[in-house]
Amino acid sequence: MASEGGATGYIVHHLTPLSVGEGFWTLHLDTLFFSMVLGGVFIWFFKSQAEKATAGVPNMTQNIAEMLVEFVDGQVKDSFHGKSKLIAPLGLTIFCWVFLWNLMDLIPVDLMSLIASLMGIEYLRVVPSTDLNATFALSISVFILIIFYSIKIKGVFGFAKELTCTPFGPFLMPFNLLLKVVEEIAKPISLGLRLFGNLYAGELIFILIALLPPLIQPALSFPWAIFHILIIVLQAFIFMVLTIVYLSMAHEDH
Amino acid sequence: MSINATLIGQMITFTLLVWFTMKYVWPPIMQALEERKSKIAEGLAAAEKGQEEIKLAEKKATKLLKDAKDQAADIISSAQKRANEIVDESKINAVEEGDRMIKAAQAQIEQEISQAREGLRKDVSALALRAAEQILKEEIDKAKHKTILSKATEELG
Repeated sequence: MASEGGATGYIVHHLTPLSVGEGFWTLHLDTLFFSMVLGGVFIWFFKSQAEKATAGVPNMTQNIAEMLVEFVDGQVKDSFHGKSKLIAPLGLTIFCWVFLWNLMDLIPVDLMSLIASLMGIEYLRVVPSTDLNATFALSISVFILIIFYSIKIKGVFGFAKELTCTPFGPFLMPFNLLLKVVEEIAKPISLGLRLFGNLYAGELIFILIALLPPLIQPALSFPWAIFHILIIVLQAFIFMVLTIVYLSMAHEDH
Repeated sequence: MSINATLIGQMITFTLLVWFTMKYVWPPIMQALEERKSKIAEGLAAAEKGQEEIKLAEKKATKLLKDAKDQAADIISSAQKRANEIVDESKINAVEEGDRMIKAAQAQIEQEISQAREGLRKDVSALALRAAEQILKEEIDKAKHKTILSKATEELG
């Protein structure tokens, strides 16, 4: 694969999304397609388990679904003290969806693009988390929820007061505002970039390993894949936990 | 690597997923979990209660058994007592009956003796009379000495 355009060409090819449109109105079809399919998988699995959910003895798949639900519920109960119908399902959706995105990283790097090229598709990037648009779509949605709940719980004035009068009191208002704005903006940016960075780097290393001589590849890609099993779960978990923490912070009145 | 409209598409997908999870996935699973939780709690409570009941029943059973044993012992001892009484009673009765029978026999014997005596006396007096008659026939007028004779007869009788 490294023959056409050399190593750089190979890497660039693998990291270029399948896109249509110009400028801002460009759509990354591969990101949209895979995240929708994975979202569908998530919805299908949990919907079928929710329909079968009984108080009786659960079977294997029900156990998995219930374990995930209880796991997320426990995380929410640990850090969020209050009642919200949204936060726990939001956490479950984020955890499972991001996990499924990241799971695509474990598919051999050349396999999907080979299939795509046989189907006549030139570029294909299968891991949605290596697309900044996907990770920022999540983190900006979470950011909107943070702002929404801050205003809903504390009121417009309460939120404005928190932005301007903490942590240094009302006399340092502009400084306070600057600090708070940076703090709030940092939340979605760090959320989105953390996930993107981890998965992009992971994918890049898989691509670099794929450039090595075939006999050396398994020796490197195998440990890296095992290590990546940890990374993909961990990143999904971190995204979920931080979302819950940010939203519970938004719910707390100081 | 640019931010573009994909972001908006992803946000829409995300919103739909969260909405669906919130509406159709989370509540039934949580409800089932809660139900199972309460069911298990009920089951555990029932088991505990059952065990306590078993203990109570065991206690009750041992008490009943003890009572029954005591009662049986009482019954046996009173029965023995009664049996002894009956034996004593019948002994006394037998003795009394024997006495009675002996007395009756003695009375009868005495009666028979007196009857025999009476008969003998009558026979003897008759014999004496006859003998006296025989003796006196020659010397005494029967009509003349009638009062003396009857007086003697009366004295003998």
